[in-house]
Amino acid sequence: MSVLAIIAARLFKAALTLLAIAVLNFCLLHAAPGDPAVVLAGEAGAADEQMIEQLRERFGLDQPFGVQLWKYVSGVAQLDLGYSFRQGAPVIDLIAERLPATLLLTLTAFVISLVFGIALGVAAAARVGKPQDSLLTALALLFYATPLYWAALMAVLVFSVWLGWLPGFGYETVGAGYTGFDRALDIARHLVLPALTLGLFFMAVYMRMTRASMLEVSTADFVKTARAKGLSGAVIRRRHILRNAILPVVTLAGLQAGQLIGGAVLTETVFAWPGIGRLMFESLAARDYNTILGVFLVSAAMVILFNIVTDIVYRLVDPRIGARA
Amino acid sequence: MSTLAIEHLTIGLPEGADRPFAVEDVSMTIDKGHILCVVGESGSGKSMTANALMGLLPPGVAVKAGRALFEARDVLRLPEADKMALRGASIAMIFQEPMTALNPLMRIGDQITEVFAAHDRFTQAERRKKALDLIREVQLPDPEKIIRAYPFQLSGGQRQRAMIAMALALEPKLLIADEPTTALDVTTQSQILKLILDLRDRRGMAVMFITHDFGVVAEIADGVIVMREGKVVEQGPAAQVLNTPQHGYTRRLLAAIPTGVLPERRVLSDSPALEIKGLRKIYRTGGGLFRAPREVRAVDDVSLTVSRGEVLGLVGESGSGKSTLGRTAVRLVTPDGGQVLVGGTDLAALSDEDLRKQRHKVQMVFQDPYASLNPRQRIIGAITDGPIARGIPKARAVARARELLDIVGLGADAASRFPHEFSGGQRQRIGIARALAMDPELIIADEAVSALDVSIQAQVLDLLRDLREKMDLSILFITHDLRVAAQLCDRIAVMQKGRLVEIGTVHDIFLNPQQDYTKQLLAAVPGADWDNQKVPA
Amino acid sequence: MSFWKRFRTNIGAIVGVVLLIGVIAIALLAPVIFEHGPWQMVQRPFLAPFAVDGLPLGTDTLGRDVASQLAHGARVSLLVGLVSTLVALLIGVPLGALAGFYGGYVDEGAMRFTEFFQTIPNFALAIVLVAIFEPSLASITLAIAIVSWPPVARLVRAEVMSVRKREFVDAATLAGLSKHRILIRQVLPNTVSPIIVMASLMVATAILLESSLSFLGLGDPNAMSWGYMIGAARTVIRSSWWLSFFPGVAIIITVLALNLIGEGLNDALNPHLSRKGRA
Repeated sequence: MSVLAIIAARLFKAALTLLAIAVLNFCLLHAAPGDPAVVLAGEAGAADEQMIEQLRERFGLDQPFGVQLWKYVSGVAQLDLGYSFRQGAPVIDLIAERLPATLLLTLTAFVISLVFGIALGVAAAARVGKPQDSLLTALALLFYATPLYWAALMAVLVFSVWLGWLPGFGYETVGAGYTGFDRALDIARHLVLPALTLGLFFMAVYMRMTRASMLEVSTADFVKTARAKGLSGAVIRRRHILRNAILPVVTLAGLQAGQLIGGAVLTETVFAWPGIGRLMFESLAARDYNTILGVFLVSAAMVILFNIVTDIVYRLVDPRIGARA
Repeated sequence: MSTLAIEHLTIGLPEGADRPFAVEDVSMTIDKGHILCVVGESGSGKSMTANALMGLLPPGVAVKAGRALFEARDVLRLPEADKMALRGASIAMIFQEPMTALNPLMRIGDQITEVFAAHDRFTQAERRKKALDLIREVQLPDPEKIIRAYPFQLSGGQRQRAMIAMALALEPKLLIADEPTTALDVTTQSQILKLILDLRDRRGMAVMFITHDFGVVAEIADGVIVMREGKVVEQGPAAQVLNTPQHGYTRRLLAAIPTGVLPERRVLSDSPALEIKGLRKIYRTGGGLFRAPREVRAVDDVSLTVSRGEVLGLVGESGSGKSTLGRTAVRLVTPDGGQVLVGGTDLAALSDEDLRKQRHKVQMVFQDPYASLNPRQRIIGAITDGPIARGIPKARAVARARELLDIVGLGADAASRFPHEFSGGQRQRIGIARALAMDPELIIADEAVSALDVSIQAQVLDLLRDLREKMDLSILFITHDLRVAAQLCDRIAVMQKGRLVEIGTVHDIFLNPQQDYTKQLLAAVPGADWDNQKVPA
Repeated sequence: MSFWKRFRTNIGAIVGVVLLIGVIAIALLAPVIFEHGPWQMVQRPFLAPFAVDGLPLGTDTLGRDVASQLAHGARVSLLVGLVSTLVALLIGVPLGALAGFYGGYVDEGAMRFTEFFQTIPNFALAIVLVAIFEPSLASITLAIAIVSWPPVARLVRAEVMSVRKREFVDAATLAGLSKHRILIRQVLPNTVSPIIVMASLMVATAILLESSLSFLGLGDPNAMSWGYMIGAARTVIRSSWWLSFFPGVAIIITVLALNLIGEGLNDALNPHLSRKGRA
């Protein structure tokens, strides 16, 4: 089966999943306590009788359930995620405006956590049983138990409030009027703390997985073969153990992308990072369900897309799967 | 001048092991161009000896005393860098499991040339050419293709050839082969043994060949060392050890090997215990949205009969469909066509509920003694579950279970213990008692002795022979090992690729085989010539 | 070596047990130790730790006793962590067991369903569920259970599939036992160890999830929790950092203790897979 056919099959499955999520969203809206029209309007204070009547008409809320569901789902299919009365704009516009910031944050955190997680995992496995390994393992265990948002708050306190090294708030310096490279640098400085604190937990996860996987593979028969050939320890680790050990880690990391996006809600909240996570947090207080569900749908779509990409990368790297498929 | 001389080698095990030393005071020499077979059952320390030479001992295990002289140096005490230079260059090793001994993500060619790279020999282009030569030398087909292939694209035998190519890359003076043919089918095994003999002759290297199989020893050994629990029991030239063994243990091992000596013909009854008619089972794999499934005819129109009181051997290599046939006969697998008649009932046609009531008629003894008993269930439960489900009162079922445990030689007090308290051979006895508890019309033994050491194997075979006489059992005995089949069976059926090739009395099959495939199988049996000398004409 | 012997020799696991017992004791004894409830104003706000006798951790933005809040917060964390894990097991174990044992369409259906829930970003789903159904201990617990069961189902399915292939299951079939009986009596008991290990780690994850929800303001308004404390003190971090600091430490200690226990259980229950035993 060609890569194109695989992609097509995956995209088809992804569309089905998104459809299911849209249905779930619709059911949730109806499951929320109270009149769906009032729920849709949110607690924006903007919901007078006339407006609610309009809503009822627009979404066909007086029509049978099936018709309503069809209207909602076909709306989602056309990227109509509803209207945020709180913010006075279509939800899709709000999300589109905030999405780049979230992508920047989560992808940076993902790369940082994966690169450092694997590097430290390899280092720990190479020194298994020695003090360095114990130290790294203990640190990973600690980070693994640390709430994301608390690590973020403490980072703000130490590096921003006390030491004043890095900005602890926002996406860029407002009103500084930076352009080009200066602006990129400014954003990068703002990105450091959010990306690091978001990545810390996942770095611990990937480090533990890499270490376990390295130790597991190092007992494989083919590693003994490699030693019997007279290869040095470093060559064996790089050519034989690492490549085999890293595949499952990368797969699992791809599957965990969803958690990274969930974590972004917390990180963006702490750092006032203008992404969709922050948008979700703001909508919570306002009970702006349309926006909450819209963000939910879009984040699920991001995860699905990311999973497709990792799946294809995996197929390209592992000869066994490529040949079997 | 000997290539390797091991003197008084002692290897210590970590604390908490069942004995202090893996290997104790072992000495041996291997001459240039000679094959020394190190023979022993599991736990004899034969593999540890080899690993010590290679510097590949597992953590916690260390050389305590003795030396191993190779090229006038003690390889046990070389600095790690020198050991590394020696490994793969002067001393090479091949292993038992060809399926796992190769890196699954690396092309075969790269895994061969890596040996040159590790020892800094030749240029890139030369390395490639050498790899091709090696692939040719180990007689792998289509070298240009093999060099680019990944391990999963090769069969077990081909992988073992690739392993040998890697081991030979730098023309080692000593080749250590650790059970290299144990995981292979007989015909593949005989080809690999021939290849090793060839290479030894052509290159004049010394070979240390570790095996548990005296048949293999008879095939290739110049010298033999028999080990038991870490100590050398007997050593000498192959002919001497095989024909006039001095030590009792060697004699027992040799006696335990199923030989070509055929049992006496027995008169069989006419009434059938099992009739299989036109049985078919097709496996479809890998089907998907975009692909047609691949079809494997695991059992292809097979008919055979097992008479009351008869032991019918079902012999074939892996993939021949013999196990599928056995599992279909007990309806663990539902056939695609044909009949399985037991006492007049067609098991293949029963509904699930009716089948459950008829299950007791055919019972099975399984291959893996460690997987065939539930680790969380006491022995008594394992044996009485079936009879109680059939409606036999618990007290009677328990009493019968104790009686059966006694019959299979374990003693009634085994009943209250858990499986982990028993050895592999004892577990197989429990498995036999469990099958007998159902008073079956027929027992199917699926490779029931294959996982056991030879001496244990012999005991379990004795038990089965004994039970056959006492209880007039009918047995379908599935095995890959013709020698084992010859010991126990009245008739033998040979299967290949899902089809029944030949069926006849043991005497007909062994002394007068009709089909080419049967002749091939017989010729491939290791030590066949040596066995034949012992068959009274 | 027996299970207890292996578990006892694992220093990390023992530390975990001691820490967890401490947290449980504090949670149980909270109403006894502290005369003031967690919502009660006792002093002026923003008191630093040890500034006033009897208030070792100071007071919060509304003059409530932080130490009392911490102790009462332990109750919520442990309760939600435990109950949501049990609910997740109740969903995941049967689903995974049926999928793994019966295979075919049952497996196909169950796994598509599980995959769907695994694809959805779980924290985002938890937020949506709690937001829609109004924050309460029940809705939080249920939301956490709903986002936590898929890994259980996958684990149980994989374990059941591997046990199902073992020969003793064939033997039980030949003994004429019914499929249900084989699944419950022969197969499931052999999958217990990895489920126990996973459950202990899930309690830890659930505590983190609960605290995150509370931090976002999605906690039960009637139950004091560590996440809520940090969320409430977030805006005053410049002036009163300790208000955010101590609840965080409490979370770390509890979660760490559970993770240590989980790893200890894993090493003790699966000695052949033990990470330290092999090098």
